[in-house]
Amino acid sequence: MKEPLNGKERPAFQPGSDTPFLLGLGILGGSYAIIILAMIVADLAYVDKDSMLGALRSPEIHYSIVLSLLSCTLSTILSLWVAVPLGYLTSRFDFPGKRFLDTVLDIPIVLPPLVIGISLLALFNFAPFSWTSQWVVFEIPAVILAQFMVACAFATRAMRISFDQIPERFEKVALTLGCNRGKAFWLVVMPQARRGIVAAGTLAWARSLGEFGPILVFAGSTRMRTEVLPTSVYLEIQAGNLKGALAVSLIMIVAAAAVLATSRLMGMKRMEP
Amino acid sequence: MIAVEKLALRQGDFSLNDLSFELPEGAYGVLVGRSGCGKTSLLEAVCGLRPISSGRIILGGQDVTDLKPGERGVGYVPQDGALFPHLSVARQLAFSLVLRKTQPAKIAKRVEELSERLGITHLLDRMPDSLSGGECQRVALGRALSLYPKYLCLDEPLSALDDETHEEIYGLLQQTVKGSDVTVLHVTHNKREVESLADVVLRMKGKELIRER
Repeated sequence: MKEPLNGKERPAFQPGSDTPFLLGLGILGGSYAIIILAMIVADLAYVDKDSMLGALRSPEIHYSIVLSLLSCTLSTILSLWVAVPLGYLTSRFDFPGKRFLDTVLDIPIVLPPLVIGISLLALFNFAPFSWTSQWVVFEIPAVILAQFMVACAFATRAMRISFDQIPERFEKVALTLGCNRGKAFWLVVMPQARRGIVAAGTLAWARSLGEFGPILVFAGSTRMRTEVLPTSVYLEIQAGNLKGALAVSLIMIVAAAAVLATSRLMGMKRMEP
Repeated sequence: MIAVEKLALRQGDFSLNDLSFELPEGAYGVLVGRSGCGKTSLLEAVCGLRPISSGRIILGGQDVTDLKPGERGVGYVPQDGALFPHLSVARQLAFSLVLRKTQPAKIAKRVEELSERLGITHLLDRMPDSLSGGECQRVALGRALSLYPKYLCLDEPLSALDDETHEEIYGLLQQTVKGSDVTVLHVTHNKREVESLADVVLRMKGKELIRER
């Protein structure tokens, strides 16, 4: 029942144009990307040189930049330290209570950040945590711990996905060649998981940099003591200095972009033989 | 000799019960059966990669049921070869020897021997992602043979290959393994592999294991 396909004649049934669908995808996806870029451009346009220089020269902001960079890096290292073994455990092994563990690991992801801060504060009222609370609560360790509690949950998820994507066959071969479980992990799985570790680390670092609620509750917002960049933004807004807040925000955008770019570069390098 | 006595294993809803077979020393055993009937599980149990709930696995007269995979002396080649993506061909071949802290000179000699035997000397410095399917299987076979295993477990080693490469590796298996003193358990769907390679044919039918030849 088909019409001949010679010349300009077309088949009786035509599936229709792809253009509306592709246009829809482009418009929906593109408008979101445009809003992201527009926000950053608006930040840049609103901040003047003086407030930017003022922020960069302020000793308080210096302190909060340094504390942010150090605490994010430390909480990222701690997160990976936990996320790599935990991700591997949940990816490879079946054990009683695994579902329960999975659910527990999701709690920091779904819990409102403020609640994490309050819960940490509550936790440090009880032994053995209370024994250390005078050095932790409202001090720098509280900043790192608050960042770690959230960042680690994200890093664990990322590591689990990364290990899930590495077929178990590699370990099986390694086991028959004489590895024990540990050696198979270090010699065969870890070299393949490097990209996943970079991704999980980036995610943990970015989450830590943006962490605000739990830090405010658990570490406080004391200038030159537990002030990190999000705290600085908050304090600047409280003081009615919107331009100063935006200047600090720009510093965070630059830091986040630098980490993102570095991780992308490291990811790409690994593609080369 | 590879022998399995009254083996039972369970994983989730899947289970195998009361399976027994014996492959004489140096025999080429081919294990056939429908997809999902448990051929790979049985092969992995022989390698020690899958825990069994009861029964015994005997290699060369020794009960290896409680031994770790690396203690059984079984060479294993999975379906797609599973070459370690971060290691060059030479380092894949040397992997098990390096683990055993073998002297570098002996490792180099063994790598040379294996690569000549399998026709992969020109590939030694290459990484797995630059190899063809047939080359991958050659390297995987070489890696499995690196420790002079007396037993070889092959899990559909030819299934992912195109016709021409299939012939090539098929010929290689005939040359290198068949007729040697290595006892082989080879899982396949391919009738031709059964016809030409098998001394013993084991068919999994339903929950039973039937020896056809």
